[in-house]
Amino acid sequence: MKKKMLSLVLAGAMTAALLSGCGSDAADGGSSTGTETNVTDNTDSADNTGAADNTGATAAGGTFKIGGIGPLTGGAAVYGNAAKNGSQIAVDEINAAGGINGMTVELNFQDDELDAEKSVNAYNALKDWGAQVLDGCVTSGCSVAVSEWTYQDKMFQLTPSGSAVECVQYDNAFRICFSDPNQGIASAQYIGEHGLASSIAIIYDSSDIYSSGIYEKFAQEAANQPFEIVATGAFTADNKTDFSVQLQQAKDAGADLVFLPIYYTEASLILTQAADMGFDVQFFGCDGLDGILGVENFDASLAEGVMLLTPFAADATDDLTVSFVTEYNNRFGETPNQFAADGYDTIYTIKAAAEKAGITADMSNEEICAALSQAMTEITVDGLTGDGITWDASGEPSKAPKAVVIKGGVYTAM
Amino acid sequence: MKTKAGILSKTTKNDLITYGMVIFAYIVVRVLVSTGHVSSLIQGLLVPFCTYAIVAIALNLTVGILGELSLGHAGFMCVGAFASAVFSLAFKETMPAGPRFFLALLIGAVSAAVIGFLVGIPVLRLKGDYLAIVTLAFGEIIKNIINALYLGVDSKGVHFTMKDALALNIEEDGLVLIKGAQGVTGTPHDSNFTVGVVLVLVTLFIVLNFIHSRTGRAVMSIRDNRIAAESVGINVTKYKLIAFTLSASLAGVAGVLYAHNLSTLNALPKNFGYNMSILILVFVVLGGIGNIRGSIIAAVLLTLLPEVLRALSDYRMLIYAIVLIAMMIFNWSPNAIFFRKRIKQRLTAGRKAKEEE
Repeated sequence: MKKKMLSLVLAGAMTAALLSGCGSDAADGGSSTGTETNVTDNTDSADNTGAADNTGATAAGGTFKIGGIGPLTGGAAVYGNAAKNGSQIAVDEINAAGGINGMTVELNFQDDELDAEKSVNAYNALKDWGAQVLDGCVTSGCSVAVSEWTYQDKMFQLTPSGSAVECVQYDNAFRICFSDPNQGIASAQYIGEHGLASSIAIIYDSSDIYSSGIYEKFAQEAANQPFEIVATGAFTADNKTDFSVQLQQAKDAGADLVFLPIYYTEASLILTQAADMGFDVQFFGCDGLDGILGVENFDASLAEGVMLLTPFAADATDDLTVSFVTEYNNRFGETPNQFAADGYDTIYTIKAAAEKAGITADMSNEEICAALSQAMTEITVDGLTGDGITWDASGEPSKAPKAVVIKGGVYTAM
Repeated sequence: MKTKAGILSKTTKNDLITYGMVIFAYIVVRVLVSTGHVSSLIQGLLVPFCTYAIVAIALNLTVGILGELSLGHAGFMCVGAFASAVFSLAFKETMPAGPRFFLALLIGAVSAAVIGFLVGIPVLRLKGDYLAIVTLAFGEIIKNIINALYLGVDSKGVHFTMKDALALNIEEDGLVLIKGAQGVTGTPHDSNFTVGVVLVLVTLFIVLNFIHSRTGRAVMSIRDNRIAAESVGINVTKYKLIAFTLSASLAGVAGVLYAHNLSTLNALPKNFGYNMSILILVFVVLGGIGNIRGSIIAAVLLTLLPEVLRALSDYRMLIYAIVLIAMMIFNWSPNAIFFRKRIKQRLTAGRKAKEEE
């Protein structure tokens, strides 16, 4: 009997969950004034009302709804959550300072599980919620899939970290980060101009879009540079723990610099294994290496002398970075990575463009999109990921990559 | 009308209910969409519903009718998706959408069938758990090969390599079709709900007729008793291969639908890995092994569920898992089945008593 009761209760719970889900959908359909708020949003809206009460004027301007998309669960959750948290900090700061053009900003960040199909679903859910601009997607593949729809719907899209070329192929889409080819070319040019090495080995993740994208352009640009690629070692997501073969290959080829266009988790393993086999060489990476000093159980002294091109270093001493890192640490208990910085800059860029274009809450999405796309090419943003960032109509940001070297356990500008 | 219904056999009636259900759902959704009662979220989910319904039906053919557990169906879906996406991308400019999509469907179905046939030859020599594990491995192999594949086309012809994009040696004006892990980008958006529903109906037509055909009965006899089937002269390998290849090719059709609904196609563990294969199996098991109609309903429900739970934010996947467990118990626990029967009996008994009064 007990069992029956249990299954009955569970079944009841199931139907209730289903029905309530459907119910809210039915209520949301047609109108764009959905009442869905997620758990984090509840606290934010509490903050928002607080801010509105303080300034008084904000309530009159209405709300400006920004939708965000990124992987909040699964293997890539670290990137999505960082971008979400960074964006949230920016939103809260803006609201505390009186909002954008008197509008209170509201952020709704949806999960896409690093799946293009889920990403489109998330985008549709945000449309039902009434999003007016899109902060996303965090990853390239999803960003490309969603841009197809934002272009069709005429919604302004600013991706914090979608680095593939196609992310900004439409004129309603812009990005904050460097594109993959840009990073590859910039790295090759930097190494060439500064004469860092004459023979280079590359270790990259061929199953990763970011990594293979940079590698390709680096290898292409290498032909024009005064150095030679002597060894190329690829690995995939399925075997990224043992790099001794690739390192041995690089060592045998006599490389004096190893280029690592990969993320920091694998890079920390490579550094450890290189030290174990007594391979003392210069390592050079891109923005994916940012965060390597924070890897648990990693001997940070091994990273000594590693160079990287990155738009953001958490250890920088300018006021903006310091206050952002402190705030992030206080709220989320960790040091922000470049995705968090990209997320933060995304919101401030939207703010700058919205103020330039004079966006008001009652404008339609098409009007906002047209106005913002125009304004994006006219603004200059000083953000965490670069000073004086400007955009052209293609959607690519123009900012100088900063090269940093790890010295004494901190990132130091070169 | 009454006499006509009397002539129809029980299976035909059952099949008609399945077709009717799909057509009815289609009409209801169309009406709701045109009157503006469907949210964008649900509208965006309509094509995935069809995709997953088709692949669930396809797997049910292997699991329910052939009686073998396959954990590689995401792999066949992947083959169909990539083959058709490459075709559509190559002929994006030169062919009108209608015939192009039709050819893409054929290409997806045929390529998945060929791979299914090749995989089936060694795999179908095994039974039970062994077969499941080997299909799982094949699914992963397919995914990994596609991730390492570079394919391009220019005026000199088709270039192909497994190394990297530079090794393709493609001309400036050439077109890179598959870019390794970066997959296929820019597939035309040819799928829509109507096409999806038509494909579901075609799949149903093929599968239901297959089941009731001579071949289908032979396949089911192998499932029920292999030795007895062999002893009456049924060619076991042949019939197993027919069913498996058909199942793979239908999964390929689902892949075509999937690929033409999104502009990017990557073979990630998430969409074509064994997780996906298992999810498809969950559709089949929840809907009832061998129950085609159940597969459709389960596929739609389980695709919808995580999306309508979006409001729960971080707890979404947790609740999804709990609801899944609850649904499984409600559907398939012997106690729950007994309980449902008793409730039904009580209701019918009550109704009868009322009528007698």
